[in-house]
Amino acid sequence: MSATLHPIEVEVNGKKRSSQVPARLSLVDWLRDELRLTGTHVGCEHGVCGACSVMLDGEAVRACLMYAVQAHGHRVTTVEGLTKPDGGMSPLQDAFCETHGLQCGYCTPGMLIAAQALLDANPRPTENEIREAIGGNLCRCTGYQQIVDAVRLAASLVK
Amino acid sequence: MSAYRYIGRGRRAKEHPRFVTGRGRYVADISLLGMKHIALVASPHASARIAAIRVDAALAAPGVHHVLTGEEFCAHTDSLQIGVDAPKVTRWALARGVVRYAGEWVAAVVADSRALAEDAAELVEVDYQPLPQVVDPEEALEGRILVHPEHGSNILYRRKFVWGPVEEAFAGADHRLSFRASWGRSATVPIETFGVVASWDAGTQILDIWASIQMPKYPDQTARALRLPGNAVRVHYDVDVGGSYGVKRGIKHTVLAAYLARRLGAPMRLIEDRLENMRGGDMQGPDRVFDMQAAFDRDGTIRGLRIRAVDDVGAYAGRSPLQLGKPVGAICGPYRIPAIEYEPVSVMTNKTPQEAVRGFGQSPTNFAIERTVDRVAQYLGMDRIELRRKNLIRKDEFPYLIPSGSTYDSGDFHTVLEKALAAARYPELLVLRDQMRKAGRLAGIGIATCLEPSGGNSAFEVLMNPKNETTTWMDSCLVRVDLSGSITGVINNSSSGQGHESLVSTVLGEVLERDPSTIRVVRADSLTALPSNSPVGSRMAIMLGGATAGAAKRIKQALLAIAAHNFECSPEDLEYRGGDISLKGVPSKKLSWEALVEIAHRKFHRLPGGLEPGLQASFVWEVPTGGGLPTADGRIQMYPCYAFEAHVVLVEIDPGTAKPSIRSYVCGHDCGVMINPDIVHGMTYGGIAHGIGAALYEKFAYTAEGQLASGTFMDYLIPSAMEVPDLTIVDHCTPSPLTEFGQKGSGEAGYLGAPAAIASAVNDALSPLQVSIEALPMSHHAIWSSMKERA
Repeated sequence: MSATLHPIEVEVNGKKRSSQVPARLSLVDWLRDELRLTGTHVGCEHGVCGACSVMLDGEAVRACLMYAVQAHGHRVTTVEGLTKPDGGMSPLQDAFCETHGLQCGYCTPGMLIAAQALLDANPRPTENEIREAIGGNLCRCTGYQQIVDAVRLAASLVK
Repeated sequence: MSAYRYIGRGRRAKEHPRFVTGRGRYVADISLLGMKHIALVASPHASARIAAIRVDAALAAPGVHHVLTGEEFCAHTDSLQIGVDAPKVTRWALARGVVRYAGEWVAAVVADSRALAEDAAELVEVDYQPLPQVVDPEEALEGRILVHPEHGSNILYRRKFVWGPVEEAFAGADHRLSFRASWGRSATVPIETFGVVASWDAGTQILDIWASIQMPKYPDQTARALRLPGNAVRVHYDVDVGGSYGVKRGIKHTVLAAYLARRLGAPMRLIEDRLENMRGGDMQGPDRVFDMQAAFDRDGTIRGLRIRAVDDVGAYAGRSPLQLGKPVGAICGPYRIPAIEYEPVSVMTNKTPQEAVRGFGQSPTNFAIERTVDRVAQYLGMDRIELRRKNLIRKDEFPYLIPSGSTYDSGDFHTVLEKALAAARYPELLVLRDQMRKAGRLAGIGIATCLEPSGGNSAFEVLMNPKNETTTWMDSCLVRVDLSGSITGVINNSSSGQGHESLVSTVLGEVLERDPSTIRVVRADSLTALPSNSPVGSRMAIMLGGATAGAAKRIKQALLAIAAHNFECSPEDLEYRGGDISLKGVPSKKLSWEALVEIAHRKFHRLPGGLEPGLQASFVWEVPTGGGLPTADGRIQMYPCYAFEAHVVLVEIDPGTAKPSIRSYVCGHDCGVMINPDIVHGMTYGGIAHGIGAALYEKFAYTAEGQLASGTFMDYLIPSAMEVPDLTIVDHCTPSPLTEFGQKGSGEAGYLGAPAAIASAVNDALSPLQVSIEALPMSHHAIWSSMKERA
């Protein structure tokens, strides 16, 4: 590994975080291993499963396909950052619990990120729009049914 | 509506809050001081002799602590256990001398980080002398190339069972047909790969293990392979498992990481990357060719079946050959078929080994039986549903003994089928299909009626291995009521999304009449645990549910004994309500829950003689039908309870591109009393999605040279929310007479019928072209080729 370290400054879940990272370090490894934000999961490491999804400046991206250095100067939101300031669940997180929109929980953080990014841009999505928004996130437990229900419920709750 | 206070009612799962807030604790989240990381060197050849391994350059790389090869590893550990009697088919985590499949692990590199370990793994030089490989299972049966020459053949298991008057059925029936159906090699492929962290404490001489595991007898097998006493291995079950559905049996990974942890005196972490998971992780699924024969009369009565199933287990055997054994328990499906011949053949090839997949071999067999039923209908020109109605076991025939020795506990198959047809608006569905056809599209309706055997014992072990006498497959629960009156349930395995904490708290709440949301559920480790055989075989609602109810009833009995002693009456004179106990007819004469708990914990002078102080109870529950050895002709009671599902599906195929789309999907489902309906429905939805994958998309494809051609999610295609349609589940409830609340198992629901239903629909869609496909997955390409065959 190249020993050269690069300084980065990233706003993660509202907090400024600075670090010295090797160029090849992926964003997801930085979040998980250095910041210990282990809510973001690693599934395929080739950009298909979506388990590592985080928001970059409000948009859902794959943290396994980005280097940490590329996040320099940007805002990153992980699943830990979706909760309310008091640590309580957001309407979307609550809706996932209500509809049983998860089982093993492994894809869930990525699903929440994808769904939250959708709701931020489109507060009243149709079922098709929901399916399309989570279409890049794979789940092996739920068959997606109760996830779609959760997003629909969350959309109906938010004024 | 449920007759119960908490069972069968909507209730949020206990597990969810930690998962939706990013506070789950998966194996990759565990970080120990001084932990080292393992990367693997994999064979590029499907079959080769290892001439030399040079590790010097790797050892000299930054941060590297050790490079382990098969020579050292195999000398210090024992071969892993396998399910059938084939002692020469040895298996270690690292190859020694030869490699038997592409992707097999040849060396393990230990370094300060995974990245450094991967860098160094690239510096390990291995000289291979390629050997001929055998990839095709039929060719492997011929035995010209042997995967394990010491074993003397590629066949791990073969036996022909004859149950009932098969010869007579085939000789006497009006008609016979035969065909071949095949089930492609797919698996459950959880989104979390397998991982393990191992740490050896030289002071206590205890090996601690955290793993993404779902495996019976895992601590025991780990200890044996490491030549350690069982009480030197402590598996921590409080690790969240990111999906498994059968496959997370990382015993070889565990022994490897544990050996290195002990050897180097440092905690060791091995987390598969995706390619390792799909190739060298040994977690591919059944890969079967069925030769089916049916004997039937002109009125549609099916009189006999002959089933030959050749299953390609790959290069080594774990429990995989046993996946041909479980279907013995439902070998005639839900039908009254009195004569069955079954010839399971388990064969080895130079491919990645097979592991347990949801249903443990039942879904492929259900697919083959359902294809047979459809073909009989087609042969006779009879309606597929009419034929099923004619042959389904009737409600008044339960308990029903099938030819292979299992008794089905209960069911109402006809009603579930009718409910599914009604929900699918079957007459309108037919009209819609025909309109689509008229408009130039290909459209077909699929029907499948299948069983889900549940309550997992391990009867296939004794059936397929005469040296194995495992006839109990128990599970347990410990319940504690502390001094504050809070209830804690302790379970003895890890979970991979099945909601066991919700199950236990619901059952405890029901029996003790306490609010489940106040009940804590924690996990023992393997040194403090009561016996468990892990959540396999759709068994936990039955087994953990039964054990929990048993323990809760013991708590209740203790409370009643305390009250009876204090009121100087008999327990029969007392009334238990919400945890408080009063004298029948005298509500003022009452001891509250808090007071009873206080007596149990503090007031020996108020305890009845013989009652242990404190308030705790455990219960070890045997599978309700018990366990026994098979008869000489191989009849045995497999699983105790039988759930039923009826699928009705409409599939459209684009005539231009051959792309299939599922237009509507209904599953009628009867798993008895549902303890947590949301959880049962969730697993059924997921099982259907998984079945859609197996039917249309997922395949571990191999080249003729034995190279895995689909080792990423770009080519091993997992259905997304765009491929899985809106699904409708219709519940029915036929309670099991064998279980505490009438529950049956349901963890494999949906998956056991969906592939059969989709195959039925695709073939119905192709029927106007007079072509058919009997091989899964029915990929776009396979459908396209079939359409071209007609053109």
